[in-house]
Amino acid sequence: MIRFLHLLLRRPRESGDSASSGSRLKKGGVPAFSLRLCIATAGMTMLVCVLGGSLPAAAQDSLPPAPYAYRQLDDPALEASAQALMETLRCLKCQSQSIADSDAPMAGDMRHQVRTRIAAGEDPEQIRAWLVERYGDYVSYKPTVSATTWPLFAVPAVLLVLALLILRRRLRGAR
Amino acid sequence: MIRMRVFLWVLVGLAAGLFGLFAYQLRQPKDEFVESAMIGKPMPAFDLAPAVAERPGLSSRDLADGRPRLLNVFASWCVPCAAEAPNLARLEAAGANIVAVAIRDRPADVAAFLAAYGNPFSRIGRDDISEVQLSIGSSGVPETFVIDGHGVIRYQHIGDIRDDDVAVLLEKLREAGA
Repeated sequence: MIRFLHLLLRRPRESGDSASSGSRLKKGGVPAFSLRLCIATAGMTMLVCVLGGSLPAAAQDSLPPAPYAYRQLDDPALEASAQALMETLRCLKCQSQSIADSDAPMAGDMRHQVRTRIAAGEDPEQIRAWLVERYGDYVSYKPTVSATTWPLFAVPAVLLVLALLILRRRLRGAR
Repeated sequence: MIRMRVFLWVLVGLAAGLFGLFAYQLRQPKDEFVESAMIGKPMPAFDLAPAVAERPGLSSRDLADGRPRLLNVFASWCVPCAAEAPNLARLEAAGANIVAVAIRDRPADVAAFLAAYGNPFSRIGRDDISEVQLSIGSSGVPETFVIDGHGVIRYQHIGDIRDDDVAVLLEKLREAGA
């Protein structure tokens, strides 16, 4: 039961920092919940806060979300390019979700950054680079060839060539 | 024929080695922290309004006045932030100058939080959209950064400041020129 409560209390909004979990949880998180469960969860959290009488209520949402967290850009072309970028940027507070998928307040703030920067004429790759400069490769889902990742791309090619060579030798030997 | 056998054993050895590597890596504790890549880089320019009436706001200029500081990223809605309050007070008592950024927080909530847990901060900026938090590569609250007198980020502490971390942060502050 405790564990169930705990799960419920880790609101999909921003897991880890909510009232229930004492320790910070970063890459861990909760997958998308249904709206109904969201409401139930929010209700539970409030109830627990009221019962507990703790002073700083879990008021992560007391502030309205950043202007462009949930509002699309007026220009459909710009919105499309923002959306494409947001789908390849990692939500830092959730497990394996993009910022386009996540309702964590921080993901909303990241969407706001992406949309306002796109609207200001920045190139999507420039924005990705800006984030990678701050959080490392972890923040981007887009595969890149770099000093550490090149074997991932090279090894299959090498294996394929090797296989072809062996096959050729075998076929020749069989003749 | 013997060559063939040796070759097969080499394959077995390779496969065993690979599985050994998997087994080893799977047993390693998972690193839960997203570390900032901004260590050693200058603080990006920003200017935040005050989060509460009794303390001034925070701008990047305040962080480049020759004096090293701790920058605490916190929020009134964050429970570990309350947990680390006594250790922030100890750091302040030890002579650390601590400035803060309040994330997604209402002034009334921040004021109530400070009234309950103490106010070790000389300045508190109000970051309603995590703008500064994102610009310094911080991925949650609480986090504490050591900023040297030139406004360069020197160290990042992720999570609440535990008893053991106080000495570490004071040492990092000293290394930054305090």
